Amino acid sequence: MNSSIQWETFPHEADIGVRGRGATLAEAFAGAATALTAAICDPAKVGAGATAHIECAAPDDEQLLVDWLNALVYEMATRRMLFARFEVSIENHRLVATAWGEPVDVARHEPAAEVKGASFCELAVRQQADGQWLAQCVVDV
Amino acid sequence: MDLNKLRQHGDFEWELPATGRMRVPGVIFASRELVAAMDEKVAEQVANVAGLPGIVAASYAMPDAHWGYGFPIGGVAAFAAEDGGVVSAGGVGFDISCGVRTLLTGLKRADIVAHQARLADLLFARIPAGVGSTGGIRLDAAGMTAMLKGGARWAVQEGYGLAADLAHIEEHGCAAGAEPTAVSEQAKKRQRDEMGTLGSGNHYLEVQEVSEIFDAAAARAYGLAVGDVVVSIHCGSRGLGHQIGTDYLREMAIAAPAAGIALPDRELACAPIQSALGQRYLGAMRAGINCALANRQILTHLTRQAFAAVFPGAQLPLLYDVSHNTCKEETHRVDGQQRRLFVHRKGATRACGPGHAELPPEYAKVGQPVLIGGSMGTASYILAGAAGTEERAFGSACHGAGRAMSRHEATRRWQGRALIDTLATCGILIRSPSARGVAEEAPLAYKDVGAVVDASAHAGLAGKVARLAPLVCIKG
Repeated sequence: MNSSIQWETFPHEADIGVRGRGATLAEAFAGAATALTAAICDPAKVGAGATAHIECAAPDDEQLLVDWLNALVYEMATRRMLFARFEVSIENHRLVATAWGEPVDVARHEPAAEVKGASFCELAVRQQADGQWLAQCVVDV
Repeated sequence: MDLNKLRQHGDFEWELPATGRMRVPGVIFASRELVAAMDEKVAEQVANVAGLPGIVAASYAMPDAHWGYGFPIGGVAAFAAEDGGVVSAGGVGFDISCGVRTLLTGLKRADIVAHQARLADLLFARIPAGVGSTGGIRLDAAGMTAMLKGGARWAVQEGYGLAADLAHIEEHGCAAGAEPTAVSEQAKKRQRDEMGTLGSGNHYLEVQEVSEIFDAAAARAYGLAVGDVVVSIHCGSRGLGHQIGTDYLREMAIAAPAAGIALPDRELACAPIQSALGQRYLGAMRAGINCALANRQILTHLTRQAFAAVFPGAQLPLLYDVSHNTCKEETHRVDGQQRRLFVHRKGATRACGPGHAELPPEYAKVGQPVLIGGSMGTASYILAGAAGTEERAFGSACHGAGRAMSRHEATRRWQGRALIDTLATCGILIRSPSARGVAEEAPLAYKDVGAVVDASAHAGLAGKVARLAPLVCIKG
């Protein structure tokens, strides 16, 4: 994983916020995706033996972030997987990505909660004054 | 919340006067202490809802209101189609028809105690719970369509539960007007393996003891006495409902400007009731309600099987089933006129008062059972819809305790395994695949549910009938 990608979860009264930062918009989206996994379990426990290919497009980058996270929620739900590593490219509000992960292993991953969907709550995608990109929203658990 | 911006009407009703874009005032039903403890975001969200087209009377918040998405959780708002009113995917939320049902068992605490651990283990083994869990039912395309149209009625026809259950479910277990073709293939695929699963987060199955009765007449009508054991199941429409929410939030948020709707918050995503998109969402959302009702019906069947294995011959009749996240077309009297309204309840319970036409005859005199989930270490409550509640918040009441702190804070303060051990010493057995999940749902991470139900009673929304104390809790 690129070392300039950062991620964290942040508090919301009922649910969990996910936030990514990076040198580029795509890195911030990759960080937000890792934070999405962290809302469920410790990302460090998730292996990377299987992949998912994801493409989405939206009218703006904020909607694109929600679409990207919801595409991952869909892959996790329908394939019973968790994802730990992401390669993302974005051009003109179009995203192409590969996610690496593995099937859920309840004993090893100890998943705390499934994510129902990414919301528009606290949704922000922007380049900060220091040049870093930030991508965040609250996810419903 | 800053009380200075509110006008107080009695001890349990607070008005947020209509200003700016608000078309109607906001009304919060709660004690001074509960309102003061609410986040400022609740007032902001109540005000935002009050600005949506076609809203009728007021934008309401229940005593357990807290910061949600678009609508506050604990928000109630009704819209009139003929006034350009809207239906909002954000106002229903991701977990369509998430709700609670309570089963009577005919058993007393003394019957359970000797078998408590075995019962807990058996329920945990039979009820699929937690991330990645799958149910034992696979639906083909025709089966999925039948389930989405039929709800709990479909489930009973398939052999899950009893025909008598249906009379004790809102709308007799089947939301009319469900339109499976309005549900995306992705939503149906997400549901393929999830029929009869509990989910995770704040969803649970609890074996509880009736620890106190407050209203003897209503308790008698509901079949409750002190020492009785009941089972409560809290879950919703699983992946299908979550995906319907995701799909229509996106579509409504993008379409809103063209429909002339200015959204102060994208999460208020909505469409005119009379538009094609609004009608399509209503069809999909009703299918989501039916999925939730079918899911709780299947879980009821699995629960009955587990009880029968430990207590041969045990009967578990359904007391009632309520839904929390819905938009329902209902008739209400507004300014002396009977009006058809689309009532959104986001984290709020329908609470029909005595004599309401929707009630089964055995509950007609006392009002609808309102089932309030607490937290796994404290208590749950059964209330009864109060007389005159239709004139207050379109026949609505609170739905639960509401969180007092974030999941972050809860995991910082508590360890799941230590909590499980502590609760076991109090006679409460927790079974969960996730220690962190238990920590996130720690009892003290929730508000005092007693204060919430007291406020509901004093505000005239729903009166207290019984308090339930947990004995076994299965968490996802």
